[in-house]
Amino acid sequence: MISVQHEDFDIGVEYESLRSLAVSPGAIDTFTGLVRQIYDQDSESEVVQALYLEHYPGMTERKLTDIQNQAHSEWDILASKIIHRVGELKADDQIVFVGVASRHREDGFLAAQYMMDFLKSEAPFWKKQRTEKDSKWINSRDSDLKAIRKWR
Amino acid sequence: MLKIHYFASLRERMGRDCDDLVLPDYVSNVAELIDFIKQSDAIFNDVFASTPRILVSVNQVVVSKDCRLAEDDEIAFFPPMTGG
Repeated sequence: MISVQHEDFDIGVEYESLRSLAVSPGAIDTFTGLVRQIYDQDSESEVVQALYLEHYPGMTERKLTDIQNQAHSEWDILASKIIHRVGELKADDQIVFVGVASRHREDGFLAAQYMMDFLKSEAPFWKKQRTEKDSKWINSRDSDLKAIRKWR
Repeated sequence: MLKIHYFASLRERMGRDCDDLVLPDYVSNVAELIDFIKQSDAIFNDVFASTPRILVSVNQVVVSKDCRLAEDDEIAFFPPMTGG
């Protein structure tokens, strides 16, 4: 399952959903990404007031589904869910969720990390941050590209 | 008719989120399309000249510049993704 949405999500609800969807899971891994207060890449000192998340409707859902299908083919996992929020977010808001139900923990950990790594660099989302001073688009990071190279 | 979308910083710099374009006979791939638009649109030319990395998708799949084009393709230009 994937969801691209404006609304916030409840990780308790998502956990229970994975628990009931998967047949006899032995592990459930969840990852939640939050909007950091300090996001500025250059100064690392400007406090972010808000973050705007733009996406490419249609392609986003398609890419997230591809990433999820790839994770299901690589590891022994029973169910998974990706949620990504779009629109206006504030510091400390939840922005992304990846949850995986699996028989064994290793598959769950790896599949969740794989989905997060690819989501960051290959799903068409773009962040724009607003600080007290100005508003600017976030640049992609080399470390995010390195993160996906390790899977190849 | 090609549909061309722009996202994020490119959308802002273009001043619009999409264009419709009749594919000229002599434009067969993405590289030729970019050259064609650069010649007819000064803003597009300027954006391409001053942006270090621009990704292109055709029918919602990121492609390289030698990707062939067909009538009614959906093209998009955007900066590297920064989700998560």
